[in-house]
Amino acid sequence: MKISNYPKNGKFGKFGGKFVPEILMEAVNELEVAYYQAKQDIEFRKQLNYYLADFVGRPTPLYFAENLTRKLGGAKIYLKREDLAHGGAHKINNTLGQALLAKRMGKTRVIAETGAGQHGVATAIACAALGLDAEVYMGTEDCERQRLNVFRMKLLNATVHPVESGSKTLKDSINEAFRDWVANLKTTYYLIGSTMGPHPYPMMVRDFQSVIGKEIKQQFKQKEKRLPDALIACVGGGSNAMGTFYPFEDDSEVQLYGVEAAGAGLETGKHAATLTAGHEGIFHGMYTYLLQDDNGQIQNTTSISAGLDYPGVGPEHSFLKTLKRANYVSATDKETVDAFLMLCKTEGILPALESSHALAYAINLAPKMSKTQSIVVTLSGRGDKDVETIADFIGEKI
Amino acid sequence: MNTIKQVFETNYKNKKGCLIGYITAGDPTPNITPKIADALIRGGVDILELGLPFSDPIADGPTIQAASIRALNAGTTPMKVLEIAKKIKSKHVNVPIVIMTYYNPIFRIGLDNFLSTAKTHGVNGFIVPDLPIEEAAEFKKTTNNYDLDTIFLAAPSTSEERLNKIVNASSGFLYLVSHFGVTGVKSSIENSTLQLIQRVKPITDSKIPLAVGFGISKPEHVQRIIKAGADAAIVGSAFINIIQNNTNNTDMLNELEATAKTLKTAIILERP
Repeated sequence: MKISNYPKNGKFGKFGGKFVPEILMEAVNELEVAYYQAKQDIEFRKQLNYYLADFVGRPTPLYFAENLTRKLGGAKIYLKREDLAHGGAHKINNTLGQALLAKRMGKTRVIAETGAGQHGVATAIACAALGLDAEVYMGTEDCERQRLNVFRMKLLNATVHPVESGSKTLKDSINEAFRDWVANLKTTYYLIGSTMGPHPYPMMVRDFQSVIGKEIKQQFKQKEKRLPDALIACVGGGSNAMGTFYPFEDDSEVQLYGVEAAGAGLETGKHAATLTAGHEGIFHGMYTYLLQDDNGQIQNTTSISAGLDYPGVGPEHSFLKTLKRANYVSATDKETVDAFLMLCKTEGILPALESSHALAYAINLAPKMSKTQSIVVTLSGRGDKDVETIADFIGEKI
Repeated sequence: MNTIKQVFETNYKNKKGCLIGYITAGDPTPNITPKIADALIRGGVDILELGLPFSDPIADGPTIQAASIRALNAGTTPMKVLEIAKKIKSKHVNVPIVIMTYYNPIFRIGLDNFLSTAKTHGVNGFIVPDLPIEEAAEFKKTTNNYDLDTIFLAAPSTSEERLNKIVNASSGFLYLVSHFGVTGVKSSIENSTLQLIQRVKPITDSKIPLAVGFGISKPEHVQRIIKAGADAAIVGSAFINIIQNNTNNTDMLNELEATAKTLKTAIILERP
């Protein structure tokens, strides 16, 4: 069976599944049926494509980073500019798809979790455009780190619920969103922001995000008349990486690199590198790799980027790791900030801290490859939201 | 040593339903949990549901979330929960103990390892709220190996078709979630809960006892659900609130016993 034919019965090999409380089973089953129907429906696809083109501004460019390539002296580096999508990140590809689906299912209220705030903003945008009520759960620590995005969500008519429980970050906002969903199943659609959660979410979010990889394939072919040698994307839950990788899963000559957050360094234990350092387990509805202790308690994560600060990972990434189809590597906070600063200076592009992890690995890899080879790095978002964090990190007052 | 089934039968003979009491093991400390169990059992709790604290309890409301954090901070590990169970069992040999746990801790430790130890420590069964029947094949096989009951949950959203499958997969009792929401004390029982019990009862009847939980905290709640057809009431957050609000152990234990007593007194079966 081709890798791209998974999931089979809701699973990527042994990963994935529907590990949810019984009260949610009918809801995820209903969602699965509704999604398959929508996928087959030409009208639904037309509607989504209309919004992706005229509202989001797709296709996003595939930009040849000539200055960076020259500086590093190795493989050519191309940047997939998801930072130029409406809202400033790839997240909108998924939120529009799911918000259209929510509407089709007759739901009036949409809930979402957010870490960096990008998914919350993208949910608020999609819901405002389609006339749905949006409520976003966000850990209080993340609200603090990403104050601008909290305000943006409010401006976009969404209600933000700060989450005080647990580590007050992304995983806790997901816990709260699940608790809300359980209580409000009939009216409410849970719009998950990454390739995670119970089936069908990992598949559905991947499908909506795979517009990234499809465009890369087409655009790269136009420019270089072949396939790229390597694709690099950052991995938190893993949606921009899955969207980048999926259309290339069966092209075994294309190397896939997922870059996780090594935080203060893997050896310190303060990181969010789930695939690199985690163990298999069950969390947030899925069987996947998790950062957990020997007693199965989920661990708190550390990363300079709120969007990668998550102790789980999408089950399809766990599958690709096990198959050795993709390589999972990591970048520390320091390497990430260096990469961020380098792109600002060489290319005049201010990338999100999440995406800067992917860049950090590209900077490492490119000089080891030949000048005839090419790397595509997915710039999942723009970094305006991160400038305070960067100033803090390099010790500058703004 | 009585099984869950025997405990229900003995109660039926006395025209009584069962009171199932939930506490989080290790809350506020592992040492005091056996004393809390003593108090609840003295008050009339028939079956003890011992919660294994988990870092991310998505099906639980603020009360049990807080209890889980207290227990984890006090150093409660999954194996320590089984030690606590053993201690309780040594004193109350006829009170069945069921472990309520999210799936990850027992999966991480290893099902075979954890369930075999649970059996030797006197545990009777397991409730795993994030493990629906479709994903439970391996778990069910292991519980069968060690002759442990598997108590699955049903919910207001569960269809007739799934309900039949869930009842067939369950042993001990069926755990019916009373309403759409998470665990936690509620001021009243909704009519929809009573209708739900009436819908489920014909399917469980003659197969397995029907226990109802989530939001049940007062004697009048218990009376209403038993009258609607439930065989047992599961009370958790009401007990945990007492634990949370008391710093003085003697008062806490007395209050737990008294509360259990008023709840048990309300469980009168009026059926043939």
